[in-house]
Amino acid sequence: MSEILVLVDHVDGAVKKPTFELLTIAKRLGEPSAVFIGVADASAAAVESVKKFGAEKVYVVDDAEIKGYLVAPKAEALQQIAAQANPDAILITSTAEGKEIAGRLAVKLDSGLITDAVDVQEGPVTTQSVFAGSYTVQAKVTKGTPIITVKPNAAAPEESAGAGAVENVAVTLSESAKKAQIVKSEPRAASGRPELTEAAIVVSGGRGTGGNFEPVENLADALGAAVGASRAAVDSGWKPHAFQIGQTGKVVSPQLYIAAGISGAIQHRAGMQTSKTIIAVNKDEEAPIFELVDFGVVGDLHSVLPAVTAEINQRKG
Amino acid sequence: MNIVVCVKYVPDATADQKFESDNTVDRVAVPGLLSELDEYAVEQALQLKEKSEDPESVSVTALSVGPEAAADAIRKALQMGADKGVHVVDDAIAGSDALATSKVLAEAIKKIGGVDVVVCGMASTDGGMSVVPAMLAERLDLPQLTFASVLGARGGDFRIQRDGDVATERIAASAPLVLSVTDQTGEARYPSFKLIMAAKKKPLDTWSLGDLGVDASEVGLSAAWTVVENTEARPPRTAGEIVTDEDGSGAKALADFLASKKFI
Repeated sequence: MSEILVLVDHVDGAVKKPTFELLTIAKRLGEPSAVFIGVADASAAAVESVKKFGAEKVYVVDDAEIKGYLVAPKAEALQQIAAQANPDAILITSTAEGKEIAGRLAVKLDSGLITDAVDVQEGPVTTQSVFAGSYTVQAKVTKGTPIITVKPNAAAPEESAGAGAVENVAVTLSESAKKAQIVKSEPRAASGRPELTEAAIVVSGGRGTGGNFEPVENLADALGAAVGASRAAVDSGWKPHAFQIGQTGKVVSPQLYIAAGISGAIQHRAGMQTSKTIIAVNKDEEAPIFELVDFGVVGDLHSVLPAVTAEINQRKG
Repeated sequence: MNIVVCVKYVPDATADQKFESDNTVDRVAVPGLLSELDEYAVEQALQLKEKSEDPESVSVTALSVGPEAAADAIRKALQMGADKGVHVVDDAIAGSDALATSKVLAEAIKKIGGVDVVVCGMASTDGGMSVVPAMLAERLDLPQLTFASVLGARGGDFRIQRDGDVATERIAASAPLVLSVTDQTGEARYPSFKLIMAAKKKPLDTWSLGDLGVDASEVGLSAAWTVVENTEARPPRTAGEIVTDEDGSGAKALADFLASKKFI
């Protein structure tokens, strides 16, 4: 069976959940090989975790030379590994950086690229959700090595032990890959909540919060959810842009999405319409968000949300 | 300094978008316009010009690859204040994917010549792949400063803030380079009446693939690196249950719903 390369998304060796989803998908297509680009010291922990999800091989690239530069060196590293492994497909998480790595790699390998897949099956045939979620599209790469970026929550990660044979790879970087220099990096403060794009449940607040996100955050914590915000809330300065859900923010596809005080403009819908279950709480019964919901409450979020939170906490005992 | 700003003509996202029988986006039946996200790119290109030491010596060229009607997107950029436009139009381009589009854009940028800065939006409002700026950087062998939420320039040195998923980064590079900017960089200006009138006299060149030395067989639907096998309108969501809150009844009903779906 041919190798399927999976680029490991991690923070200092702590592998993120979407990588396990990619490994699960890779098993459907061939033999999963993980590509870890990071600090050599952190590779052991990463290797252990990707092994559990079926990685037969782990290519380890020491990033001492790479980490100071944006995108280009990682694409070069993958190009060199692909030349060696001759994979049947390359899977990368659909983050901003992941898609850019994929874009550069597609040019380098003269290979077709599909981004934002919500499912990948044998072929590989991908499923994407387009036009703000109003259409689904099945597509296939016809030239070169299929490069596919996959959105978080595209598959349920399945544990399955792989051999996890480590292969250290020495990558040669070109001078032009080292021209966009990362001069400063401030890690985002940990909120203690799940990462927005990966969360199983998201609770979002909009204009209707009036800037008071406490009811939204308390409900999120009762449900173990991530907190999001509409563009109106971000533009008002109530939440940083990193919380924004919609066309110019994050696109999420959780099991449950709760929109509080959000009217549901097309820009917002583009970011959440593929959520499995949608709930809205809004004072305005005419709000377009109610066209999307599985369950809606016409009412003031400032009274409804705290009451729901209390009810949940009580039922949890 | 020569600045090229890439602009895309897209179907209006607020209209009903659909596919043609060959599974390409219907760009005829749906009214089109300059992609909203590219307006931010035009704005930043104009600000780079205005804030430079000698604005008169800086030229901003709006470049678009697209059908006849895409000239509208370029005209909008000219009305905002770009100096000239280049429109690459060729029947063979229809159905091109991001790889082909980036190739045509790269060749056009080479033909414009002496380009110091290429500015793009963060994504198109139709395809939305967000990969063309990175592909352009790769094809032109230039550094990329992409997804800028804040953009700063001093002479030929550029620095951006990029709000990543796990960190906020500051990234530096020198021209020539490719930039992409987000909607966080600041509101795009409205064209004034004076600029709208002035735009009519601005040069707008039309180039074909032949002018760029690109073979028609390298682009378009038949040469695409990917193929769409099937498109399907998502079934409308079945109408959900909507209750009106009265003295806490809404919260109770919502908690019951969550429990029925096993979220609690």
